[in-house]
Amino acid sequence: MPFSNLEELQQRMQSGESNAVAIARSYMMRIQEQNANINAFVHLDQDSVIAQAQASDEHRKQHGARLLEGLPIAIKDIFCTRGENTTCCSNILKGFVPAYDAEVIRRLREAGAVLLGKTNMDEFAMGSSNETSAFGPVKNPWDTDRIPGGSSGGSAAAVAAGFAPAALGTDTGGSIRQPASLCGLVGLKPTYGSISRRGIIAFASSLDQAGPMTRTVTDNARLMSVMAGQDAGDSTSMPVPHANTWLDACGKTDMKGLKIGRPKEYFIEGIDPEVRQRIEDALAQCEALGAEIVDISLPHTKHATAAYYVIAPSEASANLSRYDGVRYGHRTEDPANLDDLYSISRDEGFGEEVKRRILTGAFALSSGYYEAYYTKAQKVRTLIRQDFEKAFEQVDIIATPASPITAFKIGEKTNDPLTMYLADIFTIALNLAGLPGMSQPCGLANGLPVGLQWIAPAWQEGTIYNAASAYESATTWHTQTPEVKS
Amino acid sequence: MDIDVHKIARLARIRLTDDEATTLGPQLVSIIGYVESLQAVDTENVPTTAHPHDIFMPLRDDTVTNSDNREALQASAPALDSGLYTVPKVIE
Amino acid sequence: MSWEVVIGLEVHAQVNTNTKAFCGCSTTFGATPNTQTCPVCLGMPGQLPVLNREVARKVALTGMAIEGNINALSKFDRKNYFYPDLPKGYQITQLFLPIVQKGLVHIQDKHGNEKSVRIHQIHIEEDAGKSMHENSEFVSHIDLNRSGIPLMEIVSEPDMYSADEAVAYLKSLHQLLKFLNTSNADMEKGQFRCDANVSVRRKGEPLGTRAEIKNINSFRFVKQAIEYETQRQIELIEDGGTVVQETRLWDSVKNESRSMRGKEEAHDYRYFPEPDLPPLKLSDEELAEIRASMPELPHQMHTRFVSDYGLSHYDAEVLSTSRDLAAYYEALVQAHPKDPKQAANWLANELLARLKEINTEIADSPVSASDLASLLARISDNTISGKIAKDVLDDMLKSGDAVDAIIERKGLKQITDSSAIDDMIQGVMDANPAQLEQYRGGKDRLFGFFVGQVMKVTKGKANPKMVNQRLKEMLKG
Repeated sequence: MPFSNLEELQQRMQSGESNAVAIARSYMMRIQEQNANINAFVHLDQDSVIAQAQASDEHRKQHGARLLEGLPIAIKDIFCTRGENTTCCSNILKGFVPAYDAEVIRRLREAGAVLLGKTNMDEFAMGSSNETSAFGPVKNPWDTDRIPGGSSGGSAAAVAAGFAPAALGTDTGGSIRQPASLCGLVGLKPTYGSISRRGIIAFASSLDQAGPMTRTVTDNARLMSVMAGQDAGDSTSMPVPHANTWLDACGKTDMKGLKIGRPKEYFIEGIDPEVRQRIEDALAQCEALGAEIVDISLPHTKHATAAYYVIAPSEASANLSRYDGVRYGHRTEDPANLDDLYSISRDEGFGEEVKRRILTGAFALSSGYYEAYYTKAQKVRTLIRQDFEKAFEQVDIIATPASPITAFKIGEKTNDPLTMYLADIFTIALNLAGLPGMSQPCGLANGLPVGLQWIAPAWQEGTIYNAASAYESATTWHTQTPEVKS
Repeated sequence: MDIDVHKIARLARIRLTDDEATTLGPQLVSIIGYVESLQAVDTENVPTTAHPHDIFMPLRDDTVTNSDNREALQASAPALDSGLYTVPKVIE
Repeated sequence: MSWEVVIGLEVHAQVNTNTKAFCGCSTTFGATPNTQTCPVCLGMPGQLPVLNREVARKVALTGMAIEGNINALSKFDRKNYFYPDLPKGYQITQLFLPIVQKGLVHIQDKHGNEKSVRIHQIHIEEDAGKSMHENSEFVSHIDLNRSGIPLMEIVSEPDMYSADEAVAYLKSLHQLLKFLNTSNADMEKGQFRCDANVSVRRKGEPLGTRAEIKNINSFRFVKQAIEYETQRQIELIEDGGTVVQETRLWDSVKNESRSMRGKEEAHDYRYFPEPDLPPLKLSDEELAEIRASMPELPHQMHTRFVSDYGLSHYDAEVLSTSRDLAAYYEALVQAHPKDPKQAANWLANELLARLKEINTEIADSPVSASDLASLLARISDNTISGKIAKDVLDDMLKSGDAVDAIIERKGLKQITDSSAIDDMIQGVMDANPAQLEQYRGGKDRLFGFFVGQVMKVTKGKANPKMVNQRLKEMLKG
């Protein structure tokens, strides 16, 4: 049962074999026993979970089941949840209780989901290893000496450890796909604009997108169909075409006629040979399923990380100015003057990595450097977009590794921020281009999960679901689970 | 590349101890040094991308939708005086 | 060589809307502190802006009225700085591509000549909250009801060469915004605020270094502040000093400005494109619709009043000062079309003077246009004289009674019965035999004496025209 997927849980509730309260209780029991080893959850209000589950069972009885009726979903602590702690795993927001739900949370509640607590993450989603959290690092259920990836590391670990059947994450430069890859899950970063950002604590506004992290491709599409849709409260959200075709796309078992691009820039030196082998194996499998593999080039990919580390910190430096100790959040004790109120509160409230990014952004935007860094990065961003546009004239979808390496050891890269930044080299480019991308399990390397990344043109999530489910139907990687010790 | 980390920290309103400056300074230099590689890209006549999609903003009707919710909104406020937020006195 | 002052002005005018720029909070003035706030204008985590359509429309309309270029596509940017009344730590504004570029505001210079002040741009931005530093010894208080209120910043070129010209420009702009109804521009409510960029130079020389004077929020203060700054800069240069580029704060109590140097650090606002807002696009249809909603502007109304109603330029100018006044006048003429010039006189000279005494705006006048029209009608039909009518107007303002009721109550009805007038004239002649004899002996100027006596007897109620006519005939004998 801990490793059931949404579809299975739904069947058990439908058949009367179980109900939402029983399912919620069993997950909470497992969390209680084992969370200390993994540190996946940072807030869990058991009474609230039971109350939601009871209400869901009641709803099923009275009015029938909604799309996510009674299904427990773990929520990354970046989503505002009305009346419940929302901290972004930062000391600056410790004790903050929003008076509002994020639009995605509202949609989940409306579909009957049971929100199963808040999961650990890198502080303000800034990190690739979940080591920057104010609540301490998350451990990878596959090997608790290792990181689960980040920033949605708590969400990934929660699902991988059997604490929840699915979770919500957010992805600014790979924060859903990289931990999904390192924990053996299906994680989708949808097309920018698909899912409302309203009520999701902003990191880099032009890159942030929420998305589902699940065990199976079908579960992923199921969650996505509830989460996606235009919101009048988010000026960057857009009408989502083809959403009603996603679940059908998951029924595919072959890849006949599908042209898969294999970009040479993603199969470079420095990629773990075992990881590379798993991806090559996966591509061979795709060919066996009827796909055509086409060699392509995305020449500006090599500049994506540099452009990202100008754009994301710049937007973040402004987005995080609101944490000033005036209206909510941490305020230093007895500041002598206004400057102290600001600079000491922010010094005490923000962790090292967050400060590093704020300072990087403030520098990139500062007078005399703006053109050389920010404007230049925005132009390179255009070139990266155009690379993809050209590639998609040749192919339907692109396949790459999601991460060049498998999960590394906790503490291994903390002293060198730049090496850490390079963990995201394969995921960042499509955030810059606003494209959808998914990581799905494609085997183990050195006993650790490897993720295959799919990249599609904007609004073509259906193509991803199509390819991923065909691959999933022909393999068993998604059914592998770690052995978690309590 | 020379970066005045104290000046940047001041702009961002983050107190920087000398110790922090000693670690953060070189880290910032190495990050900026890395992104410096962008300068090698030929971007002549390339437009900028500020938003991933070429869309226009939606507009909202001019209708009042919010009512007084001060109590709930100030529930997390660290310092208040009769419904006003307070900060150490600002001398202009 | 004589000195010349060069002035450019930045006006922040509140766009007249029901709700704030980026959220559905009310803009009603004077509410209890922080009761007109929401997660968006409080800068709470995860909250996003959505632009109020009316803001875009009204600023575009203003741009059209000043003959500016309307950018069908404009963009928003973030201006970063920390201040307790700026919840997000940045202000959403338009730097790189504002909604309006260029334009002209027409004024009269000190010699009465028409001149145009060029507008550099008009952009949309959000207001900050209100900081109060005076209520406590230890803390400043922050009210965020104003946070997110929509503003248009109207930036002029340095085209004004005296404090008077600057004031004339501001008055012209103020009048225009009110006519357009794009801003209520109530200065006491902070809806029309001004910063002045002032520099001096010897005539013919290039522009000098400018100082920016902030916080000048009345026409009078603008004049005082610019004159003060002009003098300060001239004295500084003549004493061998140099003007430094700085921001100065006008203190209207002490009548002086002081430097904000040291208090403000080197500004580095780190502007960059607002990622939460895609570009603003106004379609051709929407622009046409906005253009079609353009009301008659002050100078157009002025011309029409002269040609349609035969008013003098002076009266036309006075009556087109505000939309309320012009509307009052047009309602008055419509209700009493007989004599538009007389109507203009009564409104501009009589009513306005009386309203000024009781500190009342024309829109709140206790005497409505139809009330005033019925008063004019009683003059026209000879029920009362113009002189009596002034007393009646006083009474109307005080009592709120209708014209006829007052005439009735006070017995002011004009005597127009010729036999009654004849009887009264006869009585006056009988009572003043000596004067009668002198008049008949050729002392014509005694005529006035008899008019006075008759009016005295009738308490001014006799129709003066009839009295004149009958008196002339009867005095002849």
